[in-house]
Amino acid sequence: MTQEKALEKRPTGSIAPEQTYGGRVFVPPVDIVEREDELLLLADMPGVRPDDVDIDYGNGMLTIHGKVSPRQDPAQTNYLLEEYAVGDFHRRFEIGESVDAGGIAAELRDGVLAVRLPKVQEILPRKIAVKGG
Amino acid sequence: MFNAYRFPLVQLDNLRQEVERLFDDFGWRGLRAPLRGARPYPPLNIWDERDALRVEAEVPGLRQEDLEVFALGDKLTVKGHWRPQEGEKQVYQRQERPTGEFSRVITLPVDVDAEKVEAQLKDGVLTVRLPKAESAKPRKIAVRAV
Repeated sequence: MTQEKALEKRPTGSIAPEQTYGGRVFVPPVDIVEREDELLLLADMPGVRPDDVDIDYGNGMLTIHGKVSPRQDPAQTNYLLEEYAVGDFHRRFEIGESVDAGGIAAELRDGVLAVRLPKVQEILPRKIAVKGG
Repeated sequence: MFNAYRFPLVQLDNLRQEVERLFDDFGWRGLRAPLRGARPYPPLNIWDERDALRVEAEVPGLRQEDLEVFALGDKLTVKGHWRPQEGEKQVYQRQERPTGEFSRVITLPVDVDAEKVEAQLKDGVLTVRLPKAESAKPRKIAVRAV
């Protein structure tokens, strides 16, 4: 028997940024994939256009914010089923010293933000050649 | 919460969600820990545009070829497949995003004209427009003064 479960958007708690406007903010679910030479961070931000995402790095913190414009006016919409609300996405990560902050790169495609965090060269595993005598 | 009048689409599959929400309202989050092998499906919003119904789903990361939408009578089926991230020598430090396949069947309150259903996908949001069948469209009744 398979048990299915609706995905739920999590509203932000204490980590929410200061609000300067109305509207809700959600925590995007993320995957963090570690590879040999980088960390890949993937965040689900449906409805965010590439121009509407802000990525900020400072004091060892990486902050991602995606702005979502309302697609309907809820007051004017005759909902038959309403399983999620629309709003901005916001999340913050502590980035260790093993990441080369200057090389951080990001792209947004199909509502998924991909942030590449290259590892500092010194900590990359190196193969040491063993010389024969 | 169990206001079926406002949510005429509440079907059996939604009843479980309602129960889960009830638990959430009481703070009993532990009671809804997903079972092993749970397959998540995207939440839906559905609204009435008078001549048509509009269904919207947030499906981040899905491409056109990963999605299938079927409409017949008063049933709408949305199927999708989240592909795993490809790459060798990788370890997931954190995995919160959904993976795998989902399939969801929704019973609509009216029959729709399946021939004219249109679906589009943009920035991870799927929108389906389902024109109502002729018999289900609202008709304006002329009032005669007597």
